[in-house]
Amino acid sequence: MERRKFVQLAGLGTGALMMPSLFLGNSIPVEALLDPGMDIATKKMMADTALNAARSLGASYADARIGRYLNQYVFTREDKVQNVVNTESFGIGIRVIANGTWGFASTNSVTEDGIKKATQQAVAIAKANSKIQKVPVQLAPVEAYGEVSWKTPIKKDFKEVPVSEKVELLLGANAAAMDNGANYVNSALFMVNEQKYFASTDGSYIDQDIHRIWPTFGVTAIDSAAGKFKSRQAMSAPMGMGYEYMDGLASEKLEGPAGLKLYRNSYDIVEDATMAAKQAKEMLTAKSVDAGKYDLVLEPNHLGLTIHESVGHPLELDRVLGYEANYAGTSFATLDKWKSGDFKYGSDIVNLVADKTMPGSLGNVGYDDEGVKTKQWDLVRNGVLKNYQAIRDQVHMIDQNESHGCCYAQSWNDVQFQRMPNVSLEAGKEKYSIKDMIKDVEKGIYIAGRGSYSIDQQRYNFQFGGTVFYEIKNGEIVGMLDDVAYQSNTQEFWNSCTKICDESDYRVFGSFFDGKGQPAQVSAVSHGSSTSRFNDVNVINTGRSI
Amino acid sequence: MAIYTKEEARKIMDKALSFSTADACEINMGGSESGNIRYARNTVSTSGHRSNQTLVVQSSFGKKSGTATIDEFDDESLEKVVRRAEELAQLSPENPEFMAPMGPQTYDDPVSYVEATAKITPEFRAEVANKSITPAAAKDVTAAGFLNDSAGFNAILNSKGLFAYNKETSMDFTVTMRTNDGTGSGWVTRDYNDICKFDAAEASNVAIDKAIMSMEAKAIEPGKYTVILEPAAAADLLGNMGRALDARTADEGRSFMSKEGGTKLGDKIVDERVNIYSDPLHPEVPTATWNGDGQALKKTKWIENGVVRNLAYSRYWAEQKGVDAVPYPSNIIMEGGTASLEDLIRDTKKGILVTRLWYIRSVDPQTLLFTGLTRDGTFYIENGKIKYPVKNFRFNESPIIMLNNLETLGKQVRVDGNLIPYMKVRDFTFTSLSDAV
Repeated sequence: MERRKFVQLAGLGTGALMMPSLFLGNSIPVEALLDPGMDIATKKMMADTALNAARSLGASYADARIGRYLNQYVFTREDKVQNVVNTESFGIGIRVIANGTWGFASTNSVTEDGIKKATQQAVAIAKANSKIQKVPVQLAPVEAYGEVSWKTPIKKDFKEVPVSEKVELLLGANAAAMDNGANYVNSALFMVNEQKYFASTDGSYIDQDIHRIWPTFGVTAIDSAAGKFKSRQAMSAPMGMGYEYMDGLASEKLEGPAGLKLYRNSYDIVEDATMAAKQAKEMLTAKSVDAGKYDLVLEPNHLGLTIHESVGHPLELDRVLGYEANYAGTSFATLDKWKSGDFKYGSDIVNLVADKTMPGSLGNVGYDDEGVKTKQWDLVRNGVLKNYQAIRDQVHMIDQNESHGCCYAQSWNDVQFQRMPNVSLEAGKEKYSIKDMIKDVEKGIYIAGRGSYSIDQQRYNFQFGGTVFYEIKNGEIVGMLDDVAYQSNTQEFWNSCTKICDESDYRVFGSFFDGKGQPAQVSAVSHGSSTSRFNDVNVINTGRSI
Repeated sequence: MAIYTKEEARKIMDKALSFSTADACEINMGGSESGNIRYARNTVSTSGHRSNQTLVVQSSFGKKSGTATIDEFDDESLEKVVRRAEELAQLSPENPEFMAPMGPQTYDDPVSYVEATAKITPEFRAEVANKSITPAAAKDVTAAGFLNDSAGFNAILNSKGLFAYNKETSMDFTVTMRTNDGTGSGWVTRDYNDICKFDAAEASNVAIDKAIMSMEAKAIEPGKYTVILEPAAAADLLGNMGRALDARTADEGRSFMSKEGGTKLGDKIVDERVNIYSDPLHPEVPTATWNGDGQALKKTKWIENGVVRNLAYSRYWAEQKGVDAVPYPSNIIMEGGTASLEDLIRDTKKGILVTRLWYIRSVDPQTLLFTGLTRDGTFYIENGKIKYPVKNFRFNESPIIMLNNLETLGKQVRVDGNLIPYMKVRDFTFTSLSDAV
């Protein structure tokens, strides 16, 4: 439940000081973030040491990932800086196939001796496990790319922006929230730079420099007389961008209903915190929803999580095949449904696309963690299930011979496996604005931002909350609602999609700490969409008294 | 060698402390060796081994503090890490919530380390997988499981003379068994400090039996039902409740423990048969006897006869409020009764047996309302017998409401380092059905 740990950590500062240091690496001075690290020629030499050692020990395949992971996290509450964390994690992970079986070992001793020992361990593990291996690993072919490199196209490197500027921005947002009626506010900035070098016995040497950023906050308003409290989370999205995401460009703002400000590729944290405080106070007296069927108009920062849970996860081939059965679960989207060629995942206007190439998205890289060049592919086209997400040792199981390029490990210390690429709902082809989504809704709810989320282990039944809810009556927003959650079934839900805004409303939602696997690993992934309408969805009232 | 003895650790930490020129210095040191094996589709998928060691120095000047970490322990490295922490401290803004290190404390001797667990080999792990896979395959069932074992130590030393050391071992095992026709699923979890208590074949058979018993589940209407929660199911909800027993958020008015004009400390919030405490020396669920900042962990009552007896106070918050600090618990022990699962079923006229709950998420922190689903073995009970498997439900329920609706407490079982009883609860709220198996 790594994900929950991080979500808590992001939402409230209390977890900040209990950060898992082994995952993040060693604390370093802020200037050391700018240290270039090991040069590329040495990395190649070290990687070759692993590959040669693996070959000489009888491995039929090997890859080496030398990773330097730099993180800077800033945590504040009200007018206080709680913590500024700068960390570095550096080491090498070596994966081998010996006797047709995977083996993996890692070390932070990136020396000839350390690498040879780790390689021996990886091969020994592979051989020990091969005794109970039923079917040998089969890898899809991959092009030998030679020596290549890729970088996230950033405009401002977070490492070059002074910490004081980041602290001032967060404290400014906190002050804005407090000035507008908040009782408490926690804010945080997560910034990540993955410097990854990949080499394999297939002939690729890939150097990548990957950046991510996530500003977030939680604003709480309290009615102490009533003993009530309400919180409103940030409307930001984690992005595969540099510090330029914090510029708050007017050109990237959209006007939502009920005076909501929504953000595309640039975020205005002070404006959002101001709005959050006002909305948190408004929530304290918002009308409790009447349970029943409603037409839902879902904003992209909300819909992204629904896409993540009800499309992204069930179409991971390892889940479909049973590899995740003991943890995350399996999938309703079984191979027979896919093979039928006519499984209606959604209505005709629903097109869901997987991709690792969208600029600004969290999943955007040049090559995945087993050296496959990234691409875009269809999962659902015109409502029909078309494909899954699969990597080199899986695609033969769905009669394909090219990996989709979505293999990832959270660090050099962890073995890479299939992880969700960006999965997005294509914008509608007809010209519709947010107003067009609402204007012909008789009884509905507009939901913006992420909230509570839960889905079963085969991804049929889900329940989602949101950040803010507005009641729609006869085509108009009439006021804020509280205690809202909707429950549906994945296939039923996507088939109830009746209208999708055009690309002028297209934005991405992201998950910075998506959890999967045992031992659990996190990954970051985005989901693009435009505001969309779903008719006749079951809404429950979550209010209780204790 | 990542596991240092008390003397070896003390020597390294003394050396590091000797380099300190700060007003105060606190050193944490830890190391672990862990191994795992993961299997699915009746074959091994991944496995690995990890070795970690780390030394963390926190130096402070007044209320300014800095932290630096290192994983090499030669004299030069130790001096470097102390200097780095001091440099960072000098550059840091004052932290108004900074607490100076404590002086020496009295700790109980921990009982959380078992040598046999520290000696687990890759071959042993492969054999555990085999003990799941072979019986599963023989019954047309597919196993997916995970075993992780770990041995490690932690130590703390500070410039006020506080020193503590702990060694701990653990193993965690889960396996999901699914019938090959896709209609049945069973699951089991086991965790111990002592590997000798673990029987992989016995555990695997529990999950296989559940998978077969749960085939061809029937749909019944969601609604309020009497439920028998297996300890693994109750543990998740209780764990979420335990994490909310924080004094500061309660005092700030943003917790289910807040109430009009104050907190619920001293209030009766659940059935009077509910007694929850923590105890690092409990022989079934032993833990370290101190926490990360050196506070001694002692047996602590959290809920006694349904009344909230303690909330966790950080040292800072305790000082603000003029009370003693109460560290967070390292385990949760809920007192149980004598009834076995069979007894509980026999005494149930109409109800649902729940193996486990899944994907639990907070819906409303004000009422501690959580949602999630049943999974891997949900059964309908009628007139004292399991009648048939039922489809999984989504629930929306608060552990506070659940513990007010308590019918019977059964025997305790260790789950994830905690001791939780079987419990029978009336009016548990299921809000929809799921087709998931």
